[in-house]
Formats: sequence, C-alpha cells, structure tokens
Amino acid sequence: MPLLDLQGLTMQYRTKMGPVHAVDDVSLAMEAGEALGLVGESGCGKTSVAMTLLRLLPDNAEIVGGQVWFQGVDLLSLSEQEMRRVRWGGISMVFQAAMNSLNPVYRVGDQIVEAIQEHQHLSDRQARARVAELFHLVGLDPKLMERYPHEYSGGMKQRAVIAMALACSPKLIIADEPTTALDVIVQDRILRRINEVRTQLNMSMMYISHDIAVIAEVSQRIGVMYAGKLVEVADTVTVFKRPAHPYTIALMSAFPSIQGEKRPLAQLPGEPPNLLAPPPGCRFHPRCPHASEVCTREEPRMEKVDPGHGVACWHPQGRGRD
Amino acid sequence: MTEGRLTLEGVTKLFPVRKRVFTLKVRNFVHAVDNVSMGVERGEMFGLVGESGCGKTTTGKLIVKLLEPTRGKITVDGVDVTRIRRGKPLRAFRRKVQMIFQDPYESLNPRFTVYDTVAEPLGLQGLRSLAEREATVAEILSAVGLTPPETFMFRFPHELSGGQRQRVAIARAMVIRPQFVVADEPTSMLDVSIRAGVMDLLVALRRELGVSYLYVTHDLAVARYMCDRMAVMYLGKIVEQGPVEEVLRNPVHPYTRALISAVPVPDPTVRRDPPDIRGDVAAPIDPPPQCRFLSRCPKSGTVCERNNHPDLEEVLPGHLVACYRARD
Repeated sequence: MPLLDLQGLTMQYRTKMGPVHAVDDVSLAMEAGEALGLVGESGCGKTSVAMTLLRLLPDNAEIVGGQVWFQGVDLLSLSEQEMRRVRWGGISMVFQAAMNSLNPVYRVGDQIVEAIQEHQHLSDRQARARVAELFHLVGLDPKLMERYPHEYSGGMKQRAVIAMALACSPKLIIADEPTTALDVIVQDRILRRINEVRTQLNMSMMYISHDIAVIAEVSQRIGVMYAGKLVEVADTVTVFKRPAHPYTIALMSAFPSIQGEKRPLAQLPGEPPNLLAPPPGCRFHPRCPHASEVCTREEPRMEKVDPGHGVACWHPQGRGRD
Repeated sequence: MTEGRLTLEGVTKLFPVRKRVFTLKVRNFVHAVDNVSMGVERGEMFGLVGESGCGKTTTGKLIVKLLEPTRGKITVDGVDVTRIRRGKPLRAFRRKVQMIFQDPYESLNPRFTVYDTVAEPLGLQGLRSLAEREATVAEILSAVGLTPPETFMFRFPHELSGGQRQRVAIARAMVIRPQFVVADEPTSMLDVSIRAGVMDLLVALRRELGVSYLYVTHDLAVARYMCDRMAVMYLGKIVEQGPVEEVLRNPVHPYTRALISAVPVPDPTVRRDPPDIRGDVAAPIDPPPQCRFLSRCPKSGTVCERNNHPDLEEVLPGHLVACYRARD
C-alpha cells in the first residue's frame, strides 16, 4: 500500500468570472521513504495539490472530486479535528517564503516547543530537549533557541522552519519552494541537509519547485504539472534523459546550465492557458509542436509508456514511439 | 574609439547606517560598492554576478545615475557621468544609457497604456509628430516580439502577462536606441518557458541595435548563456573577472569556486562536491581592511591577515583575480 495515494483529485476556485480549474484529475502515489519532486511553472497547480491534500484551502476553493489516501485513510472524509492530527504528525509542510512564517515576537525555540506541545504530551523540559535535538538535525546551534527570528539569517530561519516541520516526526513532509529566496551557497547547504535528514529518518518528501536543477538534486521520482494537470511521471533520470511529453521535453531544455555544452534554449510559443477557460482537449495543444486533430478534441489520459513511466499525451515522444 | 564604452575607476558607494536613533553624526557606513574598476566595450554583454547584497545592483544604479558614487569616476563614451548637470546634459545622457528592471509588475505605470509607456522616452528625442511616434513605437514593439503591435499598443499592464510586461519594459528602454543598457535580473521573475524567449530577445537586440549591456544577475547559468565576460562580486568588491567560459572552467578565487560548485545542475547523473566555504555572508558595515573573504576562505594564510584587501591581478590574459593565494 502506498503511503500517499491521490486519485483523480480535482479542485476548483470559485471566482466572479467562473470556476478556475486549478487541479484537474491528478492521480499520484508515493511510497514510504520516497522523495518525489513536483515541478511546473507558476500557476500550474503544484502548490494547490499540496494545499488540497492537506485541506488548507481558502474558502472559495472546492474539492469537486477524487480521494486522498494517506496510510489507508481518506483524508477528505475526516473531520476538521481529525485532520489537525494528520497535519504535523502525519504530514507537515514547509511553506514558500517560510522564513516569514516565524512569529517575530517569540523566541524561535518557544515557537517550536508550542507546536510540539500542541500535538504531543511532553513536559517543557522534554519538549525543549526535543527542539535541541531537531536543531542539531538541521545544523543549527541549539543555543540559537533563545534568539528571536530577527537575529537569524535567511538560511537559519529556513532551517528553523524545517526543524519545526520535523517536530512531530511526520511520515511525509511537503516542501514548497523552501530555498527559492535563498542564495546558492545557502541553498546548497539546506538541500544537502534535507537529503541527509530524509534518509536518516526514512521520511517521505514531496518537493515542490519550478527549478528543475533543484528538483534533479532532491528527487527520486518527478511529476511534471502543466495547467492543473499532471502530464508526466517517472523516475528522475528518465524524466531528464528520456522525457516523453512535449512539455517536459521543452521544460528540460529551457534551463541554462553551467556544465556541459553551451546550447541554445528551447522556446515555447505562447503562454500557459487561462484556467478559467482551459483549451479543450489537451491543455498543452496550443503550444505543442506535435499537436494533431485529436489533441484539440479529446483530453489524453495518463498512460504507461514504460513500467513506472506515465505520460498524458496522444503523441508521446522518443524511442520509436509514435 | 570610446563610443558606447563604459569605464569605472575606483568607484565607491557608501550608505550611512545609524546605530542609535538620536545621534546626529553618522559614524558607520555600509560599503556597498568598494573601489570597483572595470570596463565594458562597445557591443559587449558584460555580466555582473554575485549573491544578494554583494553590490551588483548598486553598481548598476550608479552607472545609470540613479545613485551618485561617494568616490571614483564613471565614464560613458568618455563623458564623466558624475559631473553631468541637470537639464539638457542629463537628458542627453539618459538618451544614451537606459536600465531594465527586475520586476515588470512594479516597473510599469499601471495607468499608462503600452503606447504611453513606450512613447514617453521619445519626448527626449524630440520626436514630436504623432505619426512618427506611433511608427517608432510599432517598430520597437514588433522588434520585442509583441506582434502585431496594434493589438498591444493600447492595452494596460494588467492585461498583459509577466513575459509580455517585461517585453514592454525592454521596448521602453530600447525605443530611443540607447548605446548602453543596464539589465538588472531582467528574467529572474519570469517563468521558464517564457524566460528563454526574453533572454534570446536581449541577445538579438544587441546584434541589431549594437547596444552594450551590463547584465546583473545572481544566476551563473544565465550569465553563461548571455554574456561574453563577467565579474564576480563579493561584499562590494570584484574578486574575479574574465571571459565567462574561462572563469567557469578555471575559477581561481576561492569564492568563485565555492559559488560555482553550489549551483545545482539540471542533470540527475551529475554529482557536485559541496562548496568549500565557511560561515555566512557578513554585512559590509565598516569592514576591516583585510580581504573581504578572509573569514570564510578555506585557503587564507598569514599574507591575507597581514595585508589589505588584494588588488585585481592578471593570472591569464584577460582573467583577473583579487587573491594573494591565486598562484598557489
């Protein structure tokens, strides 16, 4: 049984102009201990997937279909109180710009102690010892527990937030662009620390990012999203070396690298679609170089082109297919 | 020939910091840009790279005269930028030197149509007739890929996507045919599938219009894709400078080495070594006279502790490094 199993997850935002199809029929499973990268451009629904499965959605959002199975329980059927236990203890999340999620008027250590005591019956001393342990784990000096957030650098705050996410030993941690605002040297340290901690605790991680270079370094498997749809899923090497979806192919060759041959970058015509009125058929067809008549008419389903390699495309590319 | 050529000589910019609220005299200064000298040739794309707070954007702003240097000399076309007076000489300068900003959501006036935004600088050039202006705006909009121009001219920024907005910002900078453009992270706010298009556009405009660029970025991969030469800044100082490929393949300064090895590579089969660097970036408030990188340097020795910050020295033709241990 997979640890997390999303089945046909569909979520819309109600707006004055009509429903925005932010997450559309997304099915994805994660095994225990696995590191999955979710990659795509802004507005493709990758953060919305995380918010939907944690049920942390704004009032105008509506889950219109699908199930979220976590350790054999459908999270969408739980009461709000049961759900609170799942967040932190089962699944915890490191948000984008997490460094701003620390309360500026409380000592950092106290904030994590509070989070722990909210979920576990530990005395102050036990909780503080646990925080010191977590600080060690993320590479912070436990003395810093007594300091306030403004005395931390950006990288230190990010580590503290990761320590907080680990506080209740979750099975799954969702990291949403946790290093996007950081400089590369600090980013490198955080990424290495995340990888170490994850293997050490045998924890699963869903890492959300727009940056394929970062995704390449932290994930074993990658899901590529476009316009609210999951378009390709495969192990990391396959996604980079033998991508089958035309969007994935474009994405992989749109990033400059400091290594290897200097090559021209792929350019996609047009812009991502407006999700108020996504194009009929495949949502990528207006920008796709391989689009045919069927693409404008019918939505492609996610199909296996190889074991463990799924693609939602009428014309998957590569290795003599099509 | 000095046309379109930019030089910086010993340029320093200090920002005062007040430690106490009720003191009148400011005693502490942030050394944002500290004794920087460099030159950009005509038609060249010169990259200025470094982490946040290293002074790269401040350097860009000094060049376009949005800030005045505390010390030092900046020349464009042989004219000393710091001595340009307001009025006519300043307008003439603005015609030659333009800037493209990072965030197209903030740099465009929301109440101006695309036409208003792009046509505004034409007033500087004395293009008075409406027909002339419209033709010029249409031409530059096509050049930046906003085609057909008639459909874009009378739209407002909120009706445009991020990529289109940045193209408008580029059109505004390019419409008066400047000789020199400071581009401050022009693609870092854009999505990947749009970014490549904007980068290629900047390269194409350089060829067509013969502009020189100072390309300010934190992203070494972008600098490699765009630039001929680059300078790496650390806490207000240029620590290494040279042809981009040369610097990336044979980095000499320990900071450049660390920076390069920290860049994630979009290839899961590549394993990077961890960057060899200690600690965190300090704020450059009244820094000690020694090498700025001293406290974080894996190679530092007594030479570095006993002497002032090292000067840039040529290690190979065109490849300059500011490090006492460069030849070790």
